[in-house]
Amino acid sequence: MDLSPRELLFYADAIVAVMTAMMVVLHRNPVVCALSLVAHLCAVAMFFLLLDASFLFAVQIILYAGAIMVLFLFVIMLLDPAGEGVAGRTGNIQIVMTGVAAAALLFSAARVVPAIVDLESAGGGRPTSLPPGYGQVSGIGRLLFTDYLFPFEVASILLLVAMIGALYMGRLGKVGPAGDKEPE
Amino acid sequence: MTDLLLGTGLAATLFKIAVILGVVMTVVGNIVLAERKLAGWIQDRVGPNRAGPWGLLQPLADGIKFIFKEDIIPTSAHRPLFVLAPVLSLTAALTTFAVIPFADRFVILGREVAPIIADLDVGLLWIFAVSGLGVYGVVLAGWSSNNKYSLMGGLRSSAQMISYELSMTLSVVGVLMAAESLRLADIVNAQAGSVWNVVSQPIGFLVFIISAFAETNRLPFDLPEAEPELVAGYHTEYSGMPFLMFYMAEYANVILSSSLMVLLFFGGWHLPVVEPMLRGVSQGVAGLIHLGIFSLKLSCFLFLYIWVRWTLPRFRYDQLMRLGWKVMLPLALANVVWTAAIILWGWI
Amino acid sequence: MIPAGGILVVSAVLFVTGVIGVMIRRSALVIFMSIELMLNAANLLFVGMARLLGTMDGQLFAFFVMTVAAAEAAVGLAIIIALFRRRRTTDVDQVNLLKW
Repeated sequence: MDLSPRELLFYADAIVAVMTAMMVVLHRNPVVCALSLVAHLCAVAMFFLLLDASFLFAVQIILYAGAIMVLFLFVIMLLDPAGEGVAGRTGNIQIVMTGVAAAALLFSAARVVPAIVDLESAGGGRPTSLPPGYGQVSGIGRLLFTDYLFPFEVASILLLVAMIGALYMGRLGKVGPAGDKEPE
Repeated sequence: MTDLLLGTGLAATLFKIAVILGVVMTVVGNIVLAERKLAGWIQDRVGPNRAGPWGLLQPLADGIKFIFKEDIIPTSAHRPLFVLAPVLSLTAALTTFAVIPFADRFVILGREVAPIIADLDVGLLWIFAVSGLGVYGVVLAGWSSNNKYSLMGGLRSSAQMISYELSMTLSVVGVLMAAESLRLADIVNAQAGSVWNVVSQPIGFLVFIISAFAETNRLPFDLPEAEPELVAGYHTEYSGMPFLMFYMAEYANVILSSSLMVLLFFGGWHLPVVEPMLRGVSQGVAGLIHLGIFSLKLSCFLFLYIWVRWTLPRFRYDQLMRLGWKVMLPLALANVVWTAAIILWGWI
Repeated sequence: MIPAGGILVVSAVLFVTGVIGVMIRRSALVIFMSIELMLNAANLLFVGMARLLGTMDGQLFAFFVMTVAAAEAAVGLAIIIALFRRRRTTDVDQVNLLKW
């Protein structure tokens, strides 16, 4: 089996993405989790680049890795949660349920793979030439301000609402001083 | 030799990377000296003058000293992240230079030369993406040192960087609208065709330069390492080579944002007076003159950075955040509206 | 050419990893990160299928998913901070007053 550089990059990147995702889920230290997630997001951005989505590549790194994850780290450092206590050990039911959910999801994905492979080998879809500006700022922008104008406006309202919500949740005031515990 | 410099293959790219890294590192060394000299003059002192003539060998002496010092890792530090943090900082700062064009493409000795490592069509987004990752170096250094001052510095820098990155990115939107491209060379050529962006969008430039000072953690916004409050902020626990890396990253970032100001707002390698005179000369000479003009403009901004540092006092933290969110952000938005108006009515 | 089946498999594995994270972790912050993992897996599939079909609609969807993720992160982190202020913990098992 000979691989093109693109495919080679894809498989290498897939390994990195899965490994970092595992780190996020399995590592005990939340800061290491957050950092693994940053690495994971960069790996996904790499996928976007390989799939000719250069604008999304940049947005993924700027928005996700550069802004959202910094916010996560900020909160982790601010709160400094002392890891997960022994009282919060995962119960057996949860492990069983996790296994069932994972198996069900993977099974349904496995059902779809042959169909996709068939579609691809039959030459369905996968045009040999892409439209000009595919995945570029110009192409995305044109689509965003024509066909997707309504979702775009809704997204702006969503962001506004989220901003107000975050301000409301984060305000100091009626919440009371730090460490104020409610009666059990 | 000429093959390496002028070719287009992998070897040529590697050679370009080596040249540009070498130049950037040399400038970093010398700007540290320039900063100390200028600081001396501003404060009516002499400045460093012992190593070599006029203290010119001072960067070398400093570098050797740092390299031979012991790298101390505190016992309670998170070792892997403590080591990783300065590497991240410096890598992010240096990688951005890949998309900076230092002059236009020109033909010399019968070959076309592009003084840029990777001419990406999303060059500007690349710069914002990579320099946005640079904040992790500072934040991780602050957290992994396990020192309260370091942590405070890391916390401050994460909040500060996010806040000012927003207005910085928004202030550039006007430039993009005028140039209709994200490639830095296109942006420069668009300005050569009309007027410099600093003339048509003065507000955008103002927001950009203030945000750039905040992004590089330089006075008057050096809250993450404010020495009277936080000892040295996020790099309190660092010594030797890792400390040097933070230091180099800071100055590399200064050079980067100065180059961005030149490219985005001050016409890059173009100078209206010189341009007509270049018609007659060969392309190679014109290219070199362009390179010279770029360097000249760059040094003006580097001087401005140093000048501001030794002139203005530090902001208080709440003032900094208020300025970022309540002044810079609305101004950046106003600049977008303004640029849209001048494009719509054809004023430029 | 990148195999579309490979993208589907990678995306499914990443999504399941996220699901496992949400199920077995108790720290609200890590649960949040696992949700981001799932969103990214979905994004990857969107972009991959967009490439397969040669249209950009999938990329637009991924773009909107990122917007939603940003909004969700802002509100979610604010909730976690408010929670921590009250209860001094981010452990979701300790936040059970509304449980029957």
